[in-house]
Amino acid sequence: MTQILEMRGITKTFPGVKALDNVNLSVAEGEIHALVGENGAGKSTLMKVLSGVYPHGSYDGDIVFDGQVKAFRGISDSEADGIIIIHQELALVPLLSVGENIFLGNECARGGIIDWHETNRRARALLARVGLSEAPETVVDNLGLGKQQLVEIAKALSKNVRLLILDEPTSSLNEDDSQKLLDLLLEFKAKGITSILISHKLNEISRVADTITVLRDGSTVARLDCRDGISEDDIIRDMVGRSLQDRYPARAPQIGGTVMEVRNWIVHHPLHAERKVVDDVSFHVRQGEVLGIAGLMGAGRTELAMSLFGRSYGQGISGEALIGGQRADLTSVRSAINAGLAYATEDRKTFGLVLQDTIRRNVPLARLDAIASRGVVEPAREATVAETYRKRLNIKSSSIEQETVNLSGGNQQKVVLSKWLFADPDILILDEPTRGIDVGAKFEIYTVIRDLAAAGKAIIVISSEMPELLGITDRLYVMNEGRFVGEMATAEASQEKIMARIIKTDVRTGNETGDKT
Amino acid sequence: MSDIATEPARSDTRVTGKSGWSFLRGHLREYGILFALIAIMAFFQIATGGILLKPVNLTNLILQNSYIVIMAIGMLMVIVAGHIDLSVGSVLGFVGALAAVLIVQLNVPYPVAAVICLAVGAVIGMAQGFWVAYFRIPSFIVTLAGMLVFKGLTLWLLEGQSVGPFPAQFRLIASGFVPDLLGGENLNLFSLLIGVVVAAGLFLLQLRTRRMQQKAGVADEPLSFFAIKNALIFAALVYMSWLMADFRGLPNVFIVMALLIAIYSFVTSKTTFGRRLYAIGGNEKAATLSGINSKKLVFLTFANMGMLAALAGLVFAARLNTATPKAGISFELDVIAAVFIGGASMSGGVGTVVGAVVGAFIMGVMNNGMSILGIGIDWQQVIKGLVLLAAVIFDVMNKQKG
Repeated sequence: MTQILEMRGITKTFPGVKALDNVNLSVAEGEIHALVGENGAGKSTLMKVLSGVYPHGSYDGDIVFDGQVKAFRGISDSEADGIIIIHQELALVPLLSVGENIFLGNECARGGIIDWHETNRRARALLARVGLSEAPETVVDNLGLGKQQLVEIAKALSKNVRLLILDEPTSSLNEDDSQKLLDLLLEFKAKGITSILISHKLNEISRVADTITVLRDGSTVARLDCRDGISEDDIIRDMVGRSLQDRYPARAPQIGGTVMEVRNWIVHHPLHAERKVVDDVSFHVRQGEVLGIAGLMGAGRTELAMSLFGRSYGQGISGEALIGGQRADLTSVRSAINAGLAYATEDRKTFGLVLQDTIRRNVPLARLDAIASRGVVEPAREATVAETYRKRLNIKSSSIEQETVNLSGGNQQKVVLSKWLFADPDILILDEPTRGIDVGAKFEIYTVIRDLAAAGKAIIVISSEMPELLGITDRLYVMNEGRFVGEMATAEASQEKIMARIIKTDVRTGNETGDKT
Repeated sequence: MSDIATEPARSDTRVTGKSGWSFLRGHLREYGILFALIAIMAFFQIATGGILLKPVNLTNLILQNSYIVIMAIGMLMVIVAGHIDLSVGSVLGFVGALAAVLIVQLNVPYPVAAVICLAVGAVIGMAQGFWVAYFRIPSFIVTLAGMLVFKGLTLWLLEGQSVGPFPAQFRLIASGFVPDLLGGENLNLFSLLIGVVVAAGLFLLQLRTRRMQQKAGVADEPLSFFAIKNALIFAALVYMSWLMADFRGLPNVFIVMALLIAIYSFVTSKTTFGRRLYAIGGNEKAATLSGINSKKLVFLTFANMGMLAALAGLVFAARLNTATPKAGISFELDVIAAVFIGGASMSGGVGTVVGAVVGAFIMGVMNNGMSILGIGIDWQQVIKGLVLLAAVIFDVMNKQKG
């Protein structure tokens, strides 16, 4: 079999992080190739390099497509060669029709005038190919997610696709739709279309994939051939297998009584009231404890945290939250802070910082009253507070007068942490506290977490990086599809155990939703 | 690869011990607008052969622009919070009409009428702020609707007629002057004294702030810069009050304006309320997740805007000595232009009260200067439009460079 795509020695660096390090990816013509790896392993970055989102010259290495070395400068270049990516977040315009979406940017038009008959005729033909029996005039918003996915694929087919890349195509589909989609891929394969499937669901991969490339920490660690009969355990071991030596500060936990307890917490999606994003979750966290919540992206962990923190997410929230044994008022962010809760966001630029403001103005924001008397801010107290935290967390900056937009990711994260440390909570929820920051800054943040726990705070860490959770927590919950599906002491946990929990429940809940529909 | 590598070179200018000149270059954005005002004033002073700064003209200039300045203060806060208010011109007209109906037609005593008018303005602001803050209706739409509604209500209230004149005491707020308690001959000594005292007070306040900053180790203004800046401000204030004292003294409305500027400058820059307002405009999501009640703040900001528009309405009606259905039409554009010329950002979170006031005076001086020069209203509009564009382009370029 000839290779349709070879990516050789791809290296891509961002300021402070090496996202891809000498990655090789080889895909044979007419096969289904699976690309697997943990969140942050570099899968998306690799696909962005391939599609030209990161243009030629911004990375090292070669892309060979159809035997020719390619230098894509943008998505239009790669699409012209028939490389089409369907992203996890669908790129359809919800209020346009199916036909309009399929030919968006590529309209059947003569001299700028759209030929609607031709549009609908061709759209119908494409929809038939993906097995979707909807009229081309249907507005996309009226379709379910599974059908929208098929529209995306029809759109790809309209562009004479040679290599179809699907990024977690089934993550938001129920079991029925997932099966249909996988069948479609197999059908395409029979017709000679090559696909790359990015997925966490190993059962799906072992069903359809011919070969598998495993990425870990930005490097290729294995290339497996499914015809050799490999097991899911093999894949998991390759995905997560790495040592943990000295990447986490040593600690001696002193765990006290329960500080916060949440019972039967249910949260519905803010737009789709019938969809449960957090489904009957109960947990507790104790004084001096570092509690981890593991799970994949989209498991509902951020939604859980934000719904607890002043109902900042979702609607139709029910359940009970007790802090210090008493029902806590968590109805607004202010009352949640007053109850002793703090939440440091996973998205520091959107939710964490006022970027155009200085460190001095950002640090006291959650507790302005503490640097003011009778509503008037005292500049000297403010400066002292900001300077104290700048030193304590080692925020690398010229002074507290530096605007946070100019700080690196790790230092921005430290400003967010400073803000919440100054707010002096009893329970601190940290959502992906080390996302996108380098190893050195990570260690510093782990040290802060350790010190806070040692000072008697209860810390809840949400992270998609399992080694991190295993390295810094005392106890773990595993969350998947809105539910807590496992609890374990970190000492007894392993990445394989966590992954197994997630994968097992994927199958189970999938079947359940399949039965309902 | 290190964290520090991503820091911009700009921060180097913050190291202490540099000259006043290089400090100024680093803060061009903050002081640029003030220099623009000085340059424009200097230009017209020369071009008009010294008429611009004649005591009578200077006094007129302030009286003419007082209501724009008053509304610009409120608008600055609205824009900092990330919103806009297009209704202020109509609200000004409506409140003026209401005052005329109350005082002239219904013989309500003018202090009572004034209080009613201010309250009505605040309620109008609240009504609009309610939809903006609690229902997330875009402020552009809500206040566009308000603009139409209150333009219509003004017509209805006045039945299409002009209503006036106002009693003399009411007119004093817009056209009266501080009486000379010291009995100067040709010079209003008391007004001059007020000017000197205020200038000295301002200087002492600056000195105190600087000392506190030094104690906290955050002072980054070089001494030479600090000294020159304050000397210039002191001289300008004393000179202005001397000029006005030479005519009839400080206008009452000037005192009102100065008080408003002082109060709102203080509120926006020194209080937790102000701090929260800027945080909302800078990043509403982050502010909300920091426990800031952004809805309430936006609501209050609109209520305040309504009240200031009502105050401007009273001043304007008193100045014209009559309420007309045409009062206030397109004033909102002058007010918004003033705020943006003064360095506020369309996306919120940036801008100062003093900047907005300076912006208003740039517009005012240009109006006045060009009128003296006999430039037609047609070209005045063109030039003002271009100045607004130039100011914002300068601002954006400066930001990109930084």
